[in-house]
Amino acid sequence: MTFIHDTLLVFRRQVRLLLREPAFIVIAMIQPLLFLVLFGPLLTRLPIGTLGGRTTGDAWRFFVPGLLIQLGLFGSTFVGFAIISDWRAGVIERFRVTPVSRLAILSGRVLRDVCTLVLQAVLLVLVGVAFGLRAPLAAILVSLGFIAVVAIGLASVSYSVALLLKSEDAFAPLINTVVVPLMLLSGIMLPMSLGPGWLQGISRISPFRYIIDAMRSAYAGHYWNSLMAEGVAVAIGLAIACLFLGSRAFLKENA
Amino acid sequence: MPIIEATGLARTYQSRKRVVHAVRGVDLTVDEGEIVGFLGPNGAGKTTTLRMLTTLLRPTAGHATVAGADLVRDPVAVRRRIGFVPQAIGQTMGGTDNQAKVIEELHDQAALYRIGKADGARRAKALLSQLDLGGLGDRLVKTLSGGQRRRLEIALGLVHEPPIVFLDEPTTGLDPQSRSNLWDHIRRLRSDLGTTVFLTTHYLEEADALCDRVIIIDNGVTVAAGTPDELKRHVSGDVVTLKVSGPADRARQLLAAQPIVRDVAESDEGLRLTVEHGEEALPALLRAVDGAGMTISSISLSRPTLDDVFLTLTGRSLRDDSPSSTGKPTADATQQPDLAAAASRK
Repeated sequence: MTFIHDTLLVFRRQVRLLLREPAFIVIAMIQPLLFLVLFGPLLTRLPIGTLGGRTTGDAWRFFVPGLLIQLGLFGSTFVGFAIISDWRAGVIERFRVTPVSRLAILSGRVLRDVCTLVLQAVLLVLVGVAFGLRAPLAAILVSLGFIAVVAIGLASVSYSVALLLKSEDAFAPLINTVVVPLMLLSGIMLPMSLGPGWLQGISRISPFRYIIDAMRSAYAGHYWNSLMAEGVAVAIGLAIACLFLGSRAFLKENA
Repeated sequence: MPIIEATGLARTYQSRKRVVHAVRGVDLTVDEGEIVGFLGPNGAGKTTTLRMLTTLLRPTAGHATVAGADLVRDPVAVRRRIGFVPQAIGQTMGGTDNQAKVIEELHDQAALYRIGKADGARRAKALLSQLDLGGLGDRLVKTLSGGQRRRLEIALGLVHEPPIVFLDEPTTGLDPQSRSNLWDHIRRLRSDLGTTVFLTTHYLEEADALCDRVIIIDNGVTVAAGTPDELKRHVSGDVVTLKVSGPADRARQLLAAQPIVRDVAESDEGLRLTVEHGEEALPALLRAVDGAGMTISSISLSRPTLDDVFLTLTGRSLRDDSPSSTGKPTADATQQPDLAAAASRK
């Protein structure tokens, strides 16, 4: 099928270009790694029970899913920067005048980003294990699946918004304005249940609140509950909505 | 046989409460095997037209067939059959990635046209030598010189052996040597492969030296088309400048009475005559002055440039917005025919 051929073509090109500068794979991980190393140990000193659970090991089972969401949120929403420079280099137009599927120009890139993010997430979990994280393998796989689904949607939207704005100066503040509150409201550092009622209320509008709750539930060994059902539904719904929005900029006749 | 046929091609933008007519109505025909130059001042609609013809922008009115396919109904078929080399200056560059290797760009481009691996490799190799890029295959694009990079971008537009290639400002930003080298490559495209070339340019000398035909666009409408010679002849005649010993008034009257002289004006250098065919006019003028008992102390003939054509048709000099413009009068400014006279004949 030509769409798959084209997607793989764009994917291979993007992977090849990324591997020419492999440092970028690590640079994107620095922020969550710093949080893990410089902030995570503080959480293990909190009175037992603050973060839920009954042991200090629960602090890591609470914190690592949060860092994975942080990695996924920033890693996938910042991919748009690259397409602005690609556009400026004329690469996007060059592809758009060929018979290649216009959607593949997006899907090949998103596929590369999802692979990169999952790889980064695995590395992050491994560092977490070195610091004392103990979680079932199944739970870790579930969290990687969440990251992948979220990344598909967010990367698509990031690319299309960046391609519409065509300016890093406009894109950077926009991303920060959207992503930082979403991240804070999802309860990455501390449980939202510690907050006052109004804050808990608005945190319900962040889809990542549901996803992180589902991930933490898995890390605690509970896979079959309403938290997981909500998390899965929100993640898939978000991905579909984002894919729909994201593909529109690429399918447009004019860009 | 025409390979491009466009009628009434137009593009309007709706911005807030205003309607912007980027292109009002472009009619143009390009025959197979032609090298056609598309000229216009900045903002005339050159790039918009080119983007429509290459399926990057959907026309809001009019229709066109490009390489046998309908531009609006079957853009994918058009894409399969055209090569496009975007301009390498301004907002966007020529389409190559700094971090990619030369050979990778060619292989990827072949794959974009769904050319098989073996075939793509063969085409890439042939293009590298054809465009003097042999030995550069493993170099990163960012290490290429300006001229090499431009030739690579042109090679990308030719990977699928298209019957027609669109070149947007192919030589802008290149030094004179790379420019004339690129002209040779473009000429060879047509002579060796029979490729039709449609190019936009800022350089009138480029249009003059390279193009069989020139199409001029102004204010979103095509205003003239023809060979450079036809256009020059049509718009403004040749100019003969001469100095005559004796009373200037008498000389002037005498010359103005000659049937071959369209117009006479006085200038610092003497009398400026606008004539139809300069070479044929000279002997006749000499005879006439001689016959009246006067002598000519100096005489020169100058032909109009494409810039004069351009000036007459659009009221603007293309040189004004050319990047090579220095703001000083050009060396041949004094040889240009009288502007007012040219305009009055319009």
